[in-house]
Amino acid sequence: MGEAPHIEVRGLSMAYGTYVVQRDLNFTVDKGDIFVIMGGNGCGKSTLMRAFIGLQRPAAGTVLYDGEDFWQVPPEEQERLKRRLGIMFQGGALWSSLTLAENVALPLAEYTALPAARIREIVSYKLALVGLAGFEEFYPSELSGGMKKRAGLARAMALDPDILIIDEPSSGLDPLTARRLDDLIVELRDSLGTTIVVITHELASILGIGNNSVFLDAETRTMIATGDPRVAVHSGDPKVRHFLTRGAA
Amino acid sequence: MLHDDDRRQWRLEKSALEGGVQELSLGGRWCMDQDLPAAGEVADKLFGDVRRLRLTAGELVDWDSGFVAFLTVLLQHCAAKGITVDQEELPAGVRHLLIMAASVPEQKVRRRGGEDANFLVRVGRAAQDVLHGMPAMLRFLGELILSLGRLFSGRAQFRTGDLWLEIEEVGPRALGIVSIISFLVGLILAYLGADQLRMVGAQIFIADLVAIGMVREIGALMTGIIIAGRTGAAFAAQLGTMQVNEEIDAFRTLGISPIDFLVLPRFLALIMMVPLLTLYSSFVGMLAGLIISTTIFDIGLFEYYTETVRALELKHFWVGLSKGGVYGAMVAYSGCLRGMQCGRSAEAVGEAATSAVVTGILLITITASIMTILYYRLGI
Repeated sequence: MGEAPHIEVRGLSMAYGTYVVQRDLNFTVDKGDIFVIMGGNGCGKSTLMRAFIGLQRPAAGTVLYDGEDFWQVPPEEQERLKRRLGIMFQGGALWSSLTLAENVALPLAEYTALPAARIREIVSYKLALVGLAGFEEFYPSELSGGMKKRAGLARAMALDPDILIIDEPSSGLDPLTARRLDDLIVELRDSLGTTIVVITHELASILGIGNNSVFLDAETRTMIATGDPRVAVHSGDPKVRHFLTRGAA
Repeated sequence: MLHDDDRRQWRLEKSALEGGVQELSLGGRWCMDQDLPAAGEVADKLFGDVRRLRLTAGELVDWDSGFVAFLTVLLQHCAAKGITVDQEELPAGVRHLLIMAASVPEQKVRRRGGEDANFLVRVGRAAQDVLHGMPAMLRFLGELILSLGRLFSGRAQFRTGDLWLEIEEVGPRALGIVSIISFLVGLILAYLGADQLRMVGAQIFIADLVAIGMVREIGALMTGIIIAGRTGAAFAAQLGTMQVNEEIDAFRTLGISPIDFLVLPRFLALIMMVPLLTLYSSFVGMLAGLIISTTIFDIGLFEYYTETVRALELKHFWVGLSKGGVYGAMVAYSGCLRGMQCGRSAEAVGEAATSAVVTGILLITITASIMTILYYRLGI
């Protein structure tokens, strides 16, 4: 029997009460993938992310990390699995009462036994990675939207997670900043071997960095395509083609 | 410097090569769950007249951000000492991360107002902030008066439905807490008064004390303070959150006055409902006084009632009601002012709510003093 997939989504359905957002989702993510969850507005991408990170229990089905069923293991095992994930929320979700350094340091202080001096060094390095060296003492309210996103990424990477889940990295950013963030994501994958799941509807990001993907359809409320997004451009499904060519095909 | 030979432990070996070149060999496991060496100390111990440092990692077993952070600091120390570092023999992933971390130079930026300051400077700045805050407070008051002017001329942009919602929120929904606090305050007032008056055989005057005290002063004061904590904070948090979500900017861009649309219904609701709550609070306080007097101090029910009616005059009710109205206006003003002045973060919303309560109670106390003296002088 072969090795279990790095992430496996099996028969997953998400619902709010009786309203089903997405149903019967089945796909796998391999180690080192930059996996894109794509689809139009309101198709349930962020809801799917909430099932990935343990914020919302699926109506049916489950998510497995290296064969471990996230929604079946006991709560303490769920906490251990969560520490393998780094999550960057859409707006950064930085804690507004903490400085950037404190935001990045908090997971390190909570989950490692590193002395304060080592934590400071790691925090400086993480902020330098995302181009925010020198902003350690700034509060989130003093930063631009793009800087908040980058700081959110630094915090998500604090514990060197195996899997980085990034919600809408490029939305609201100018093209150059968005491109730099995309490049950073690719570099992180190449340098650290981190598996990256990106939730986005930005075509430039989807086609620029994704090597595997799933397309969620808001109308049928299920997935209608998987695979390399550059191949999906030529998909037989007109909705996918339409989406990936901005309606040109 | 050879540490543990165990592959699970980090290793650091120094060897001198020809021509001022030193080699630093990094082996074993360099991860954050270990007690990694301080790069600064390593740099200080290793270098004498070194001109070039060669980093090798042939026996590196495992690494994470702890390793890259160590190297980042080591490279900074080398750069400061003018030592050239060869990194070619480091793993490719580590080299990429080091390049990325160095690609954007550290910004020499200072936070606005982030520098350290001594106690006197901080006190001075706080005083300056209060002084500089005064024009904004007066401007808001002016905008509110203009908005009231538009209301009376029928030009204010607000929905009557919002006013009813606010009236329900600040009035009937506050009855529970007003009842509890007023009852307990009435009880304390009666108990304390009776204890003193008993010494001169004048327990019957508990009725006068409680009735006049609750109706003229304490009913309004307690209601004002309760409403400042309950409703003033809520107003500031609601409007502050709307600032964070740019909802107030959206009103402005559409040409709708946020003062008319958001502040006016809240202000009107409070100046209408606080006098009524004051009246209610006074009656609850008097009820508590009656219960204490009849059950503990052996005063007859009819006797207490007659004395209360004899003591109270219509002017006492007007004094209480007018104070309630003014306190309501103070709470609405401070809650809405702090909400509209709120910054754009979750922390700022908390600060706005706290500040609304503090400002509200301060304004109530100041106006209570002024009105008490004024009514005394006027003989009301």
